[in-house]
Formats: sequence, structure tokens, C-alpha cells
Amino acid sequence: MRAFLMYENEELAIQIRSCKSNYNSSLIQDLELDTLCNAMASGNEFLYKTTRSALLSGLNNPIDVILYRQEVLKDCLNNHLAVRKMYNIAVEAIESKNKHWWIASGRFPSSILFNSVSTLKELMTFLQQIKNLAGEHAGKFTSKGFIRFFEVLKKELDDEYFNSVQHHLKELEFRDGILLSAMLGKGNKGTYYTVRKPLNKKRWLERLFKKKSDVFSFRVSDRDIAGTKALGEIKDEGINSIANTVAQSTDHIINFFTKFREELAFYIGCLNLYDLLIQINEPVVFPVPAEKNERIHSFQGLYDVCLTLTMKQKITGNDASLNAKNLVIITGANKGGKTTFLRSIGLAQLMMQCGMFVAAESYTANICDSLFTHFRREEDRTMESGKLDEELKRMNEIVDHITPNSLLLFNESFAATNEREGSEIARQIISALFERGIRIFFVTHLIEFANHFSGTQGVCFLRADRQPDGTRTYKLIEGKPLQTSFGEDLYYKIFTRE
Amino acid sequence: MLSQQKKMMRSFSILFKTDNILAKEETLKAEASPFFIDLNLDQIIDTITAGKEEYNLKPFFFTALGDTASIKYRQEIMSDLENTILRRHIMSFAESMQAIRKQLSVIDKLYYKYHKERLFAETIKTYGETVISLENYLSIDDIKSSGLLFFRKYITDYVQSSAFISLFSEAKKIIAELSSIKYCLHIKDLSVQVFKYESEPDYGSEIEKVFARFKQNEVKDYRVGIAHPSDMNHIEAQILDGVARLFPDVFEHLDNFCTANQNFPDETIVAFDREIQFYISYLEYIEILKRNGLPFCYPEISDTSKEIYCNETFDLALAYQLVNRKSTVVTNDFYLKDKERIIVVSGPNQSGKTTFARTFGQIHFLASIGCPVPGSKAKLFLFDKLFSHFEKRENIKALQGNLESDLLRIHDILNHASSNSIIIMNEIFTSTTLQDALFLSKKILEKISRMDLLCVWVTFIDELASFNEKTVSMASTIVPENPSLRTFKIIRKPADGLAYALSIARKYQLTYEDLIKRINL
Repeated sequence: MRAFLMYENEELAIQIRSCKSNYNSSLIQDLELDTLCNAMASGNEFLYKTTRSALLSGLNNPIDVILYRQEVLKDCLNNHLAVRKMYNIAVEAIESKNKHWWIASGRFPSSILFNSVSTLKELMTFLQQIKNLAGEHAGKFTSKGFIRFFEVLKKELDDEYFNSVQHHLKELEFRDGILLSAMLGKGNKGTYYTVRKPLNKKRWLERLFKKKSDVFSFRVSDRDIAGTKALGEIKDEGINSIANTVAQSTDHIINFFTKFREELAFYIGCLNLYDLLIQINEPVVFPVPAEKNERIHSFQGLYDVCLTLTMKQKITGNDASLNAKNLVIITGANKGGKTTFLRSIGLAQLMMQCGMFVAAESYTANICDSLFTHFRREEDRTMESGKLDEELKRMNEIVDHITPNSLLLFNESFAATNEREGSEIARQIISALFERGIRIFFVTHLIEFANHFSGTQGVCFLRADRQPDGTRTYKLIEGKPLQTSFGEDLYYKIFTRE
Repeated sequence: MLSQQKKMMRSFSILFKTDNILAKEETLKAEASPFFIDLNLDQIIDTITAGKEEYNLKPFFFTALGDTASIKYRQEIMSDLENTILRRHIMSFAESMQAIRKQLSVIDKLYYKYHKERLFAETIKTYGETVISLENYLSIDDIKSSGLLFFRKYITDYVQSSAFISLFSEAKKIIAELSSIKYCLHIKDLSVQVFKYESEPDYGSEIEKVFARFKQNEVKDYRVGIAHPSDMNHIEAQILDGVARLFPDVFEHLDNFCTANQNFPDETIVAFDREIQFYISYLEYIEILKRNGLPFCYPEISDTSKEIYCNETFDLALAYQLVNRKSTVVTNDFYLKDKERIIVVSGPNQSGKTTFARTFGQIHFLASIGCPVPGSKAKLFLFDKLFSHFEKRENIKALQGNLESDLLRIHDILNHASSNSIIIMNEIFTSTTLQDALFLSKKILEKISRMDLLCVWVTFIDELASFNEKTVSMASTIVPENPSLRTFKIIRKPADGLAYALSIARKYQLTYEDLIKRINL
């Protein structure tokens, strides 16, 4: 009994999850992924973790999985009240176990047995609720994922099943005492304690009282605390495996709810994000993914969803058609939206590949099998040589993990030395990556490096634009680098203010 | 008293080639020699003996043997034990003996009679199995050393003795009888009944069938890890008394057997168990290094010739750390021929000079206790005394005092040294002016030369390297294309003072050519 909302089946889930997702750890920081995850989580830690891992593991998803999730997500957007209700039942069921379970310190089989029985009773009621809700709304869902889940619920949760469980829970109270068999183990201590069922209860009790010579009896005194404990231990050892069976059964049911919550959490996160973006009036669109060996990339109104969420207002989007362009070099004015653009590319790729809508008016791109960011670090300005070393070290790590259909986002890389050296290092690295068919976005002030690729096929130059009066549009246009990077803008802005 | 007597009677030791073992044991040093710390031998021995405190192995590692025959005796045994199968067998023997010792001390502290007796019988059985399996292993394995051959004969005779045979078989029989007993308990509230078992069916498996329908993936195992303390509580004891009444003959048999066999372990086997750990612990220590391709060899030991050499040697303490960190270890060669006695090591900081000096001292000491040394082939000198003098960095403030104590210490060393001693000097006189240092160093080198001592001298003063016919200059090397790389390679060459520059992109293999090769998708 399981819901398959993230992957169509278990084999696929296992197969995809077993692949290590290929991205570098600084990517999270460079793309400010936390801002996105926080918006999706809406303050809930579990939602945060689940959405974050869905985003980061998306790089392994084939196109079928992306489309499968898009379907489920559309169902969620159309039935958001019912979906949130189901999610809340799962959360309550999981918490009900915690409520009973904290008493079961786990040290005594007898308390494990007792707690398992009461937990099981309560879990039955939550199963009933989910089953009812599914019956009520089944007709309104159209995605494969939901339709199949509702069918499974109907089939597996029949009434007969509920009754048989109740009966056996009563048996386990052991009202006539407990019968154990044992053997002499190491040091002549009792071992292999096993709960036995009397062959014929009445006859058996009679035998105990008649044949005194074959029976050795004693009674532990009420005041003998150690003795009472020791006797309890023997009993506990006997019921250990029975307690385990029952406790595991509660786990199986809790697992069902936990899995269900996990499957749903990602979509709840998407609903939360959708609600926020609608409020700001930002558009979202279901992207069209292309196979990874293709080189397709075009979009309209692509914006940095994290920046929107932080500013809480609509921001300028970018349009571009980058089909068959493996290297995109972005130059231009400081604070002209270059980093924001780079981030919007990375975020859209991650969101698309995990099955979400993306922050744009239209978006199509081939999927990639790994995504790396190489952003210049601001800290550590004093040790310039150490900094270049650190940058190259990170680059080296990326190269170690690179795959044929990688997407690499560079932000002001290799500028921790003079321009000539920086350009040369960048030229060597990027030439090699480019020749090997890796997709690259490179934001840079290294003009010598940029010019090297001028006129090369498969390279696109974008530039942060500005109006003739110096104000920025935050929109990138296609264009070769200009010789200055507009540092003087900043200079005059700051110095003429005085 | 008893153990004292037995020790005197013991005529065999796997560590000492002698009839008078007691006399040998009295010469063992309880403390490490002063050079241990400078040479990092303390680290090595601490690591080797860690977790083996009960064997008290350190005195064996602290005490040089002093004669080539004794060294050879150990080298042969060590060489036999390099056979990993044999070693594994001896290690499993040691584990069993350890368990037996532990068990006997546990039994001592216990209270209930039938509980103690059963444990005692089990311990005897374990002892019997342990001795027999060791005897088996030894008779199969390829043994060449005189020490292990002697022990093999001893243990074979022991296992075939009638005393041993009856001890072992009786123990097994009693345990089998006890293990076949099966009984029932009925517990209701606080009353307990004990009676014989009559095939009542298992209720747990019935419950399992009922709940099987819930089963999905693997879940947590809720079976409580029931602690089974080796001692027995009074409830268990009362139940056991009940069982003893249901089966009286079996328990009487047990009682008689235990009374008859109070002192069962053999003294020579017990001593072997401790002493063999000297070899095992050393071989265990170097195992990870050998697996990483580092060579070890049994050096030829000479008490006359100072023409020594060692190929592909390395600092054992450092290598152990590096290998555990998955770093590579650099090996070095050295030799001294004809009149050469003094190796003067120079080169930049952090280039492996001190390591080289330590290596020289370490391999000589390790050879003197009969251990294989780092290196592929070696001939070493049987020294009478080893001295080291390493600059103590923390004293650097007290200039005058430091120089003075340096000189006092060196004076002391030269007074105690004979022509058969070894001296290791590391960066002395760094706290004084170059002129002073040069003057003092030359004076002392003269003395060392005159005494014909073997010496390693690490210095920043290039001039010392070509001091006289007894000195040999060795220095650290660099890679011209990548000066930032530390090779840690020390070779024979004149001292020089090269500077280092950076070439980082190459270091990370990020040049165009590197990348085209690396990204071959």
C-alpha cells in the first residue's frame, strides 16, 4: 500500500535515487536556494528538507518523471483544498505515534507491547479517514499518480481486515499468566525463552496443581523489588519477539503515512510557492523539457525567483534564444543584473528538472545531468595568491565530477590575479570545456578572455545593458563586451553624491 | 609463590635465545631511552602496544638485544610470522586466551555454585579447543625458525598427553548433558512454577502469521537487546535449583569435574601467548604500510663494519600517519662506504630533513630489537649506544642559556659515546649567529670524526656538507617544472639554496592540455 506521486513506481524511484546527484555543494549558496526552499516550506522544517532534496536530486530525473510530476502538480493546483487535507491527516497520524511512543523507552518488551497495541488502535482511525476522503474526491483528479493511489486505498483497506486486528490485540493481554519454555545456556542461565500456548488450558492447569513432585514452585515476595524486576526480565525476554512483531506492524502503518507525507510534501511546497508568486503577480509556466543530448534553450520573461521573493515585488525578466549555443559569455555593467540572470538560469534548470513550474512566461531547455556553479568568493581579499589557489582547487573538484551534459555557471571566476594571467587561465579552462561540449554560462570582466571567443560558432555574447543616460535596465541584450566594465558609473554615482 | 616457581622452571622463550630466561627478563628496561621522543619511537611503540596493555609489551620494545645471534633468533621468528595465515591463527589463539583469562576472573567474583561451575567447565572446554587449534595450525604451517619449531614440538607433546586429553573430553561431555535439558516456567503475577517441557506449541509464530499482512519494507527491529550479564540473580538461581532437582545426576557430574581441575592452564603456553605478541603487534602495525606498497626488510647486522646502507627507507611514525590519511610516502636511500661516517643533510624548511634523520635512528633501533625495518634492503650497524640531540624550539627565547645547554648536552653525549655509538644531531645552534654556529659545528664535527662515530647531522649551514672525507652531503630535491612541490626526497648532492616559486594551474591539472585529457567523455 503506497502512494507513487513522485515516481511512477518503486523500481524507478530506487533506480533514480541511487544515482548520486551531481552538483557542487556551493551551488546551494550561489543560487540562494535557501530563499526558494524557505518560501516553499512556509516555516515548516519538514517541507523545507523535502523540497530542498527534491530540487537537488532533480538532476537525475528523465523527462518522463518530469512530465509525470507536472501532471500531479496540476491536479494539486486544481484540488488544493483536498490535497492539503490529506496531507494534514498524514501529519496527524505520524504525530499520534510520537504521542504514544515517548512512553515506550524501548527498554522493556512489555511496555513496547502495551504501547504498540494502543498506537495501533489509533492508527486504524486515521486509515479510515484517508479512505473516506479518497472516496469522496476520486472523480476530480486526472493524473496517473493520484488515480492509482485512490484505487489502492479502496482495495487494501477492507472491513474484515480491521476486525481481525482488533481480535488479536486482545489476546496479547495474557490474563492467565504466561507460559514459557527455556533451556540452560552459558553459565546455566536460562535461555531460548519462548512463549508457549497451553495444549488444553484446563487440563494443563489441573496438572500443575496435582503432580507436586514434578513441579518446583516458589513465590517472589511483594517487597522483593530486585526479585520482581528479575522475574519481569524473564517475562520480557519471552515476549521480546512478539512485542517486536506488533511494534513493527505499527511501524509499517506509520511508514505508509510517512511515505505518503513525503510524496505529497513536495507538491505542498509547490502550492505554497505558487500562492506567494500569485500575490506578487509574477507569472509561472510549466516548462517544456528536451532530451539532454539536445542543445535547446529559449525563454521569455525569465526572472530570478529568489530575488522576487526577497524583494516581494515583480522584477524584470529576460528573453533569449540560445539554441545550439554551448558557451554564453555575459559581460557588462556592474549591478546590471548579470549575477541575477546567471542565478535565474540555474534555478529554472533545477525547478524544471524536479518537475516544478518555472519562473518565466515561457521556458524550454534540454535537461542536464549535472549542474555546477563556480562563483568568485568575496571573502579572503588579503591573500590574493591563496584565493586563486582556492578558485582553481574548486575548479579542479568540478572537473573531477563533470559529465557530458553538464551545465556550468561561472561568476567572475579566475579574476583573483591580474587580467592577463586570469584571462589565460580562463581561456585554457573554458576552451577545453567548450571543445568537450559542456554547456557554460560565464559572467566576466576578463575582456581578453571574452574576445578570444569572438566569432566562434556556438558562442553567444550577452551584455548587461544601460540607457544612454547611464541608468540600468537590468535586462540583458545580445552583444559583445565593451572595453570598460562601467566601474566609473559606480564611481560617479558614489562620488558625485557628496 | 607458585607462579614464581613455575617461571623458574620455564626453559623456553619465544623472545630470547637462552636457557636462562629469568636472567634475560631482569635486564628488560621499564622506561624508554631518552632518544625515543626525538626519533618519534615513542609514538611508534605507543601505537604498536595500544590495546595490548595486558601483555605489558613495552619493556620488550625498549630493550636492545646487544648481540647478533639474539637478533637473528627474532628475525627468523618474525619472518615466519609474516605468513599472514599463520599470524591470523596465532591472533585467534591470542583472542581465545584473552577470553579465557577474562572468564576466569569473572568466575572468581560470582556467587551461585552451579552457575560458576558451568562457566568453569565451559572455560576449560574453550582452553582445550584453543590449544588444539593452535597445535593444528602450527603443524600445517610452514615454519623455519628455531624458536617456533621448538614451540611446535612442545605443544604437540602437550596435546597428546593423557592429562590434556581427559580434561578436554570430560568438559565437552558435561556441557552437552547440561545443554540438552529443556524445561518450562509458568509465571502469573509473582508466582513461578518450574517443570519439564512437554511439547507445548510456539505462540509467537502464530502471532507473526496474524500480523504478516502489515508487512512492507524493512522496519526497525524492536527486539530489545536483552542484557545477559554473566552473573546470575537470585530468581534465576532459584529456578536453576529447581531444574537441578528435576535433573540431579547431571549436576553431580558437573560438581565433581570442577573440583578436580582447579589449575588447568599450562605455564609455557601462557608465556608464549604473551611473548608472541611482540611479533604480532609489530607486524600488525606495519601491515597497512606493506599493503600500501611500502617495503620492509630484515637488515644484515654487523658489529664490525660501518659500511652501512638502506634502500627505499622511510620514517615509520610519519608513514603510519600518512598512509592512514591516504597520503603518499616518500622513500629515501642512503649508504656510507669506505671512510664515510657522517651524513650532513641540508635543504629548505619542510623538505624532509628531520624526517630523514629520524629514519636513520629508527631503523637502527628497530633492527637492534630484531624487527624488520622500513626499506627494501639494508645493512646496519650493531651500535652500543644511540644518542639524539634535537633543538628544543620552545627554548628559543633564552639565547644564552640555550646555547649553553646545547653544548653541555653534546659534551655529555661525547663523553658517554664509544666508537660503536650512533649520534643524530638535528638543527642545533640555530639560536646563535651563523659565525658561532659554524665555528662550534666544525669543532664538534672534528671530534665526531676523530671518534669514528656514525652520525647524521641536519643543518642549515651549507659549509658543513663538505667538511672532510668522513662527511657525505645529502640534500632535498625539487621538481624544476613545479617548484611548489615538496618532494621530500633526500639524495646525495652538494648543498645548495634554491628558492621556490608557484605554478598553481599545473598543480591542479587545469591547463588546456590537462583538461582535454581529463575530460574524455
